[in-house]
Amino acid sequence: MARKIRVLVAKPGLDGHDRGARVIARALRDAGMEVVYTGLHQTPEQIVEAAIQEDVDVVGLSILSGAHMTLFPRVCELLKENDAGDIVVIGGGTIPEADVKTLKEGGWAAQLFTPGTTIETIVDWINANVKVN
Amino acid sequence: MSGNKIDEIKATREKWLTQRSKRKDRDINFDTVSGMPVQDIYTPEDIKGFDYLQDLGFPGEYPFTRGVQHNMYRGRLWTMRQFAGFATAEESNQRYKYLLEKGQTGLSVAFDMPTIMGYDSDHPRSLGEVGRVGVAIDSLADMETLFDGIPLDQVSTSMTTNAPASILWCMYIATGEKQGVPSEKLTGTIQNDILKEYIAQKSWIFPPEPSMRLITNIFEYAARHVPKWNTVSISGYHIREAGSTAVQELAFTLADGFAYVEAGIAAGLDVDDFAPRLSFFFNSHIDFFEEIAKYRAARRIWARRMKEKYGAKNPKSWLLRFHTQTAGCSLTAQQPENNIIRTAYEALAAVLGGTQSLHTNSMDEVLALPTEKSVQIALRTQQIIAYETGVANVIDPLAGSYFVEALTNKMEEEAEKYFAEIERRGGVLAAIDQNFFQQEIADAAYQYQRAIDKKQRIQVGVNEFINPDEQMDIEILTIDPAIERKQVEKVQKLRRDRDNIRVQETLEALRKAAEGTENMIPYILECVRAYATEGEIVQTMREVFGEYKEKPTF
Repeated sequence: MARKIRVLVAKPGLDGHDRGARVIARALRDAGMEVVYTGLHQTPEQIVEAAIQEDVDVVGLSILSGAHMTLFPRVCELLKENDAGDIVVIGGGTIPEADVKTLKEGGWAAQLFTPGTTIETIVDWINANVKVN
Repeated sequence: MSGNKIDEIKATREKWLTQRSKRKDRDINFDTVSGMPVQDIYTPEDIKGFDYLQDLGFPGEYPFTRGVQHNMYRGRLWTMRQFAGFATAEESNQRYKYLLEKGQTGLSVAFDMPTIMGYDSDHPRSLGEVGRVGVAIDSLADMETLFDGIPLDQVSTSMTTNAPASILWCMYIATGEKQGVPSEKLTGTIQNDILKEYIAQKSWIFPPEPSMRLITNIFEYAARHVPKWNTVSISGYHIREAGSTAVQELAFTLADGFAYVEAGIAAGLDVDDFAPRLSFFFNSHIDFFEEIAKYRAARRIWARRMKEKYGAKNPKSWLLRFHTQTAGCSLTAQQPENNIIRTAYEALAAVLGGTQSLHTNSMDEVLALPTEKSVQIALRTQQIIAYETGVANVIDPLAGSYFVEALTNKMEEEAEKYFAEIERRGGVLAAIDQNFFQQEIADAAYQYQRAIDKKQRIQVGVNEFINPDEQMDIEILTIDPAIERKQVEKVQKLRRDRDNIRVQETLEALRKAAEGTENMIPYILECVRAYATEGEIVQTMREVFGEYKEKPTF
């Protein structure tokens, strides 16, 4: 039997909007994944350290503070610097369409889920795109 | 109503039921948006024992179910107060002047995240967040710019600040001094509600105990020097936005209110010295009647507790005055123009519920900060309610509705159950420590999301009535990244130019006060006057008080 997909749900930035992050964390766990939630106010350094320590396959960043254009690239860069560039970075939050495009095209996020996305969509995407062995 | 009459109604209802039960209902969930079951019809049977004078009374009179003023909106309409702030103090100052020109009657300042969390704009943790979700304020110099050309004795200003509320309030007082306005003349509100930060909004700095001390210090200082200021805005808004039900919003907010009253009394203050300056802030969600019942129940519960439990004698201490904001979490990114309609209904519920001031969300707030055009539509929504619909002409017009009265009673009963549970857990601070509120809210949020995903609850444009080829074609406000650099340079220049010896002396005096038991406000005010930055003042207190750490759960 394949091992479970391991996901780090991370909440970078200074804001406290953790409703989405916590709903997603619980939903992914209910969908059979192993989920670690960082808690609030994490720096990119703390997130990357947790991702490596917990040996996760996916990092999901929840950002509602408008700082996504700074935070996604920073997390990706730090992952690469730590030889963990194979970890899939996804995210969600209040991210305008134009920024979604820039982040995906720049390789800073494999997929972004904006308001109105169902939990099922996210679960299906992870199952289809994240390979574990 | 007499028992005979009730029996007659009951018999008639049973007859009606034989007909009614032949009709097939639509196969949907008829519960409120909070998941509270409602009947298909309400009759006098549902408000048995209803006592007009005891349960409702008259507006402006105990227990204030019908409103806090004797003439309500016939005297003065609610304050139309749009929350605004972005980028730097200069840009926000322009927006405030625009809003005042358009007929807005009060200001409401949104701060950026570094300001809310007590970091200066050049702190590493502020990277990428300066001026993003509100205005960046690092020192008195920024506050002076923010209110440049706006005489502080002529506007009332609400400031959404919690953990560092004492500092930003001192900056406002000092800005008044610079304008020649004495603190006695200042009117406005600081949110200053730290309990709901631990519970829901999560923008904390210090642990609960020193945070509560800062709040009681503000109560005491305001009673002496800033008597017209609302020292705390006890907020359910964020509790609801975090996913709570209406009953949880009501119960947790009032429980926080009781905790502040108890803290004030424990600090040796007379309840009537500070209770009249306590105000509230509620959400207006999309379930129309549930919201109206919530506001009516809130006033009645507060009045009864303040009078009967806390022994307040001044009738002003019994009044629950509140601001309302329509529910950001009810808005959708899909077909954003529909948000104008949602907001209008929510605003109407707030007005029918007797709010004292109101912020209507702009249609694009689910995507970014609002543009000037969308803010104008949001303000016009309030003006149409106020001047065209006629709903402001009659006080508490839904009173006596079997449904609204029954729902108001139900809200009160359910809130009382939560008060008992919180008490059993050892009070609000203990319940926070046990993660009680946080878990209750997370459970409600999860159930709500599941209901949307399973289409047990319809959200127009999201899970039904979708425009499959929808293109986003509304204008979005963007914040220029250059603003961060500009603000960073500004605070660094300030640190070079000011009298740094005086800054160090005032910070040292504050440190000593924090270590002792004195009221800290006069010391914070001295730091602010010396142009110490917010980050420096917070850091001084952080070294004495430590920092709050959450236990992350989901």
